[in-house]
Amino acid sequence: MDFFNRFAVPHPSIAIYASMAAIGLTLIAVIAGLTYFKKWGYLWREWLTTVDHKRIGIMYLLSALLMLFRGGVDAIMMRAQLAVPENTLLDAQHYNEIFTTHGIVMILFMAMPFIMFFMNFVVPLQIGARDVAFPRLNALSFWLFFMGAMLFNISFVVGGSPDAGWTSYFPLAGNEFSESVGTNYYMIAIQIAGIGTLMTGINFITTILKMRAPGMTLMKMPMFTWSALIANVIIVFAFPVLAVLLAMGTLDRQFGTNFFTMDNGGMDMLWANIFWVWGHPEVYILILPAFGIYSEIISTFARRNLYGYTSMVGSMVIISLLSFLVWAHHFFTMGQGALTNSIFSITTMAIAVPTGVKIFNWLLTLRKGKIVFTTPMLYSMLFIPLFTLGGVTGVMLAMSAADYQYHNTMFLVAHFHNVIIPGVVYAMLAGLHYYWPKMFGFMLNERIGKWTAWLMSIGFILAFMPMYISGLDGQARRMYTYSESAGFGPMNMVSFVGAAIMAISFVLIVYNIYYSTRYESRDISNDPWDARTLEWSTHTPVPEYNFAILPDVRSNEALWDAKKNGHVLFKGEYEKIHMPNNSGIPFIMSCIFFVWGFSFIFSLWIPVVVTTLGIFGCMALRSFEQDHGRYISVKEIEETETNLRGA
Amino acid sequence: MYKKGIKVVLFSVFFTIITVLAGCEPLLVLDPKGPQAERQASDILLSIGIMSLIVIAVFSMLVYMLVKYRASKQRPDYEPPHIEGNLWVEVIMVGIPVLIVAFLSYISVQSNYIVEAKPKGYEDTKPLVVYASSSNWKWHFSYPEEGIETVNYLYIPTDRALEFKLYSHGPITSFWIPQLGGQKYAMADMVTTLHLAADVPGEFMGRNANFSGKGFAENTFNVTAMSQDEFDDWVKEVKETAKPITEKKFEELLEPGHLGQQTYTGTHLEFSPPPTGHNHSEESTETPETESHTDSHDGHESAGH
Repeated sequence: MDFFNRFAVPHPSIAIYASMAAIGLTLIAVIAGLTYFKKWGYLWREWLTTVDHKRIGIMYLLSALLMLFRGGVDAIMMRAQLAVPENTLLDAQHYNEIFTTHGIVMILFMAMPFIMFFMNFVVPLQIGARDVAFPRLNALSFWLFFMGAMLFNISFVVGGSPDAGWTSYFPLAGNEFSESVGTNYYMIAIQIAGIGTLMTGINFITTILKMRAPGMTLMKMPMFTWSALIANVIIVFAFPVLAVLLAMGTLDRQFGTNFFTMDNGGMDMLWANIFWVWGHPEVYILILPAFGIYSEIISTFARRNLYGYTSMVGSMVIISLLSFLVWAHHFFTMGQGALTNSIFSITTMAIAVPTGVKIFNWLLTLRKGKIVFTTPMLYSMLFIPLFTLGGVTGVMLAMSAADYQYHNTMFLVAHFHNVIIPGVVYAMLAGLHYYWPKMFGFMLNERIGKWTAWLMSIGFILAFMPMYISGLDGQARRMYTYSESAGFGPMNMVSFVGAAIMAISFVLIVYNIYYSTRYESRDISNDPWDARTLEWSTHTPVPEYNFAILPDVRSNEALWDAKKNGHVLFKGEYEKIHMPNNSGIPFIMSCIFFVWGFSFIFSLWIPVVVTTLGIFGCMALRSFEQDHGRYISVKEIEETETNLRGA
Repeated sequence: MYKKGIKVVLFSVFFTIITVLAGCEPLLVLDPKGPQAERQASDILLSIGIMSLIVIAVFSMLVYMLVKYRASKQRPDYEPPHIEGNLWVEVIMVGIPVLIVAFLSYISVQSNYIVEAKPKGYEDTKPLVVYASSSNWKWHFSYPEEGIETVNYLYIPTDRALEFKLYSHGPITSFWIPQLGGQKYAMADMVTTLHLAADVPGEFMGRNANFSGKGFAENTFNVTAMSQDEFDDWVKEVKETAKPITEKKFEELLEPGHLGQQTYTGTHLEFSPPPTGHNHSEESTETPETESHTDSHDGHESAGH
């Protein structure tokens, strides 16, 4: 009986039973649907085994959108719970699980795959490459991320969710204070997804450095590619730290070591230190590609080249360096003394300078432009003022003496949402609308898109501005309830209304996708936005090999040169193209990883050993495999190109 | 003097705006009752002031660009020029933020040393030392010099420096009395020092600000500031009426759960001393005179790893 008790949810509620039922029904529906429409073969051949960076990108996108709603439901539940004082909608335990999973899901399983989607889909097209450097590794990266995310998500229905906050500070996250397997899920699921991310980092650095089209020197790369390169460099330096941290946490929890315990020489704040050595750069892994997307969109719709290209690149390099030098600002109140706080206070504020350079560059890109308000541009224009607000409150938080008053309050919660939502989420949505026609061959409806952007911004302001005030009024974060006399009631009610409006705007996005799929015209050109960079010189839909002839590049706006200066992008004859073969191994290996993770979480050592052997088996299989890929013949290319031109 | 004048003006302007916004009740953090909180509030208001200038600059530039360079306002054949950048523009773009950050850094560093030291104006008073330790989900306050201990409430004298020694019997917590000054962590393996003082008598809210599990929301305590005489009377009264704290009783108190306010004679420090781990700072009770000079070097810098 004891064995089965471990898999039971320690703290069930109606919501959890409902999600169990929902997961079960969805699974049945998916399986039945695939069988009925005889799509198993299609799914396996075209998606599960694919090594095409565009398809992998789209799978990242789907996962990100799915997780956006998963994390969004958490958010709404939290705001509903806090809307009135002494609310009993959720109890303390449930609330703790929800804010913990909201943080993880949104950062690691929503925002990360969203930027991975852009990197996968856009970077090879933008640098004129036919694929990424290691296509099969890329598939493995995606599937590891996906399995990590799924593993994390079943925690709500099997065994219990993590409840120590997304930062999971020890000793609270240790066995003594978190007995359930929840925190094991945290350690293992993030570990598996993190390995995938690290491999993506290596893959894309190699891709960007080695596979650029002829003529594209580093300083002729489009801004999004630059931002992706720098973000991937940060990934390669930061994610090993996370891997080690999670391994240490796992050892503490499951093998009785004492890295972070309260006695036997453990140091609880060691966790916080290492966590933020990864955690702070992580923020820039998210925001830099977002900046890259804004740069593309703003220069496209201002109909002008990006102002201050060199300083844009320089500021990103400086941000990436500084991002590793500020981690202690997450715990100014740890008691490390005035000197240490002063150093970290200054390095933190210094980040405002390169970030400010970027804001001013975007503003100056608008100058003398010919600004067209499309949905992506609207998001970008709303981003600038909202993000500026978040940026300046960041400078306020960086003043460590004053931070003693902001730390762990709603002021902080307001700040980081004020940075991440306009900074990252708006960029993702802007980019989604921007790249949608390239992915699917039709535009998203502009009118619904603009409504969504405005509604989201109104909701955003209502949801988060009151938090600055209630933070200064003494409302700590992560409190599941508060007394009437505390006086936080009205502000939290406004926040709830704002959150509800935001929820409506996210539903509108889904509606827009549905509406546009049905009614929007399929008759669009390859370059519907009149854009400036190479990805728009491909056919829509993009053929498997991206470019029949590799482009010849002379500036960071290659397509614009071709359009305005008469530069010929594609010179020469068709030649046969070498492409990698699809492979089932990444998917199968990741499934084994899933079982491995699940067994590890519940300390089922026999399956752990078996699956570990399975993982190494897959690797061995790969190393003995003779697979040199295949060639697409000239005839085949000619046929594809003629068909696409006719379409 | 001039700088101070600006600060006062900014202070009052933003104080008014924010209090009006908050429905005329002053926000706790901006309603300081002690020198440390006052310094923090003035830093906050100063930074809000400077930051609003930046926000206004960005907003007005954005509005100007969007109004002036809309496609609909231009000739259909207008071709935007190709502009790479301009050295002087970039110097200004970097220069002004650098100056602002340098100014704020200067203020910030000054404030760091101020909040880490004995409160301004109370340098000559002998500090009242209180050991504040947290357990799930309670606060234990030990007054070693007075020989008494309370649970979940704190009586403090006004016009006297307060020196809190913070540590935890469980997860990391954060000791916070917004109106007296910002928080600091209480951890299981080291003792941190927080310097506060209260200028006026009154009731203040205190809480643990760092998430510590299920009972976190209710992990609060009441702070009552009173004159030194009243405080002395209270101590005397406690000594006459309260029961002594025993090791057994204390073990019971440490059990996870919520308790009301309790009072004891003696302190648990006698049988359950605070941690003396790697990062432990000097015991201040023995050397109160030197403490204020060494404070800023507490913690990691002085730790002999």
